[in-house]
Amino acid sequence: MSDGLQRALDRVSRVRGVRGSMWVAAEDGIMVAQLLMEGVRGKAVAALAASLARKVSGAAAATGAGRVRFVQMEAAGGTLLVAPAAQDLLIVALADSRVNVGLARLEMIRAAEAALV
Amino acid sequence: MSTTSVVEAWTEAPLVHYVGQASARLVVVMTPSGQVLAQHGFARAVDLMAAAALGAAIMASSAALAQQLGERSFGALFHAGVHHGIHLAPCPTPRGALIVLTVFGRETSIGLVELFYEEFAAALKQAAPVDQVREPVLAKDFEADLNRSLTSLFRR
Repeated sequence: MSDGLQRALDRVSRVRGVRGSMWVAAEDGIMVAQLLMEGVRGKAVAALAASLARKVSGAAAATGAGRVRFVQMEAAGGTLLVAPAAQDLLIVALADSRVNVGLARLEMIRAAEAALV
Repeated sequence: MSTTSVVEAWTEAPLVHYVGQASARLVVVMTPSGQVLAQHGFARAVDLMAAAALGAAIMASSAALAQQLGERSFGALFHAGVHHGIHLAPCPTPRGALIVLTVFGRETSIGLVELFYEEFAAALKQAAPVDQVREPVLAKDFEADLNRSLTSLFRR
């Protein structure tokens, strides 16, 4: 695993409320690198987050909204955050309800822009 | 319209669920010798026969390669194309070893197919009759078995 990818996951996972973060191949829905708390079903999160990102991108394109920069999905038990990055990757974070979404978003977008440079 | 048809009824519910969840285009559930137990999406018997024969042959080659390397077996195999991908995986059940070939398009992903394949394999294992282990296929019976399966799958 490249140091840049790992460092980005470290930063995102340090945000309070984040239960895990991972790099996912956007097209395949497969984890490339991950830092997850025990009990998080990484494989399922990766596959479903990539599917969600694809559908949201399709909706954004259809409505003329342009490129998706960040996806936030809130559910009763937690929050899923997804940011598209370079090289057909997504950075994905799974968080509980205490998460500071603004901070997590900032770290994820920074990671998406910087980790692969 | 895509159709699902089965030779053995216990495979139907898990297969229909899997196809819906994974958005698979084509699925063949077969024995290691290429006998088809269930299929989804095939319109012509000849295409199904070819897919089953090739899928079984790939798994046999892969198993032989695993033996050469001292592995007991390999797991799932995945090939990505421009428009389609294939996922070919073993599925042990109380009724005997099975192979599942899944063909999928760009509307889904290998991650989703793998995810739902695990559920599908578990559902097949649970649904399989425990008191009827499959008889080995003998060369002399193969054509008759194949014709029976095709008749059942395509109602001809």
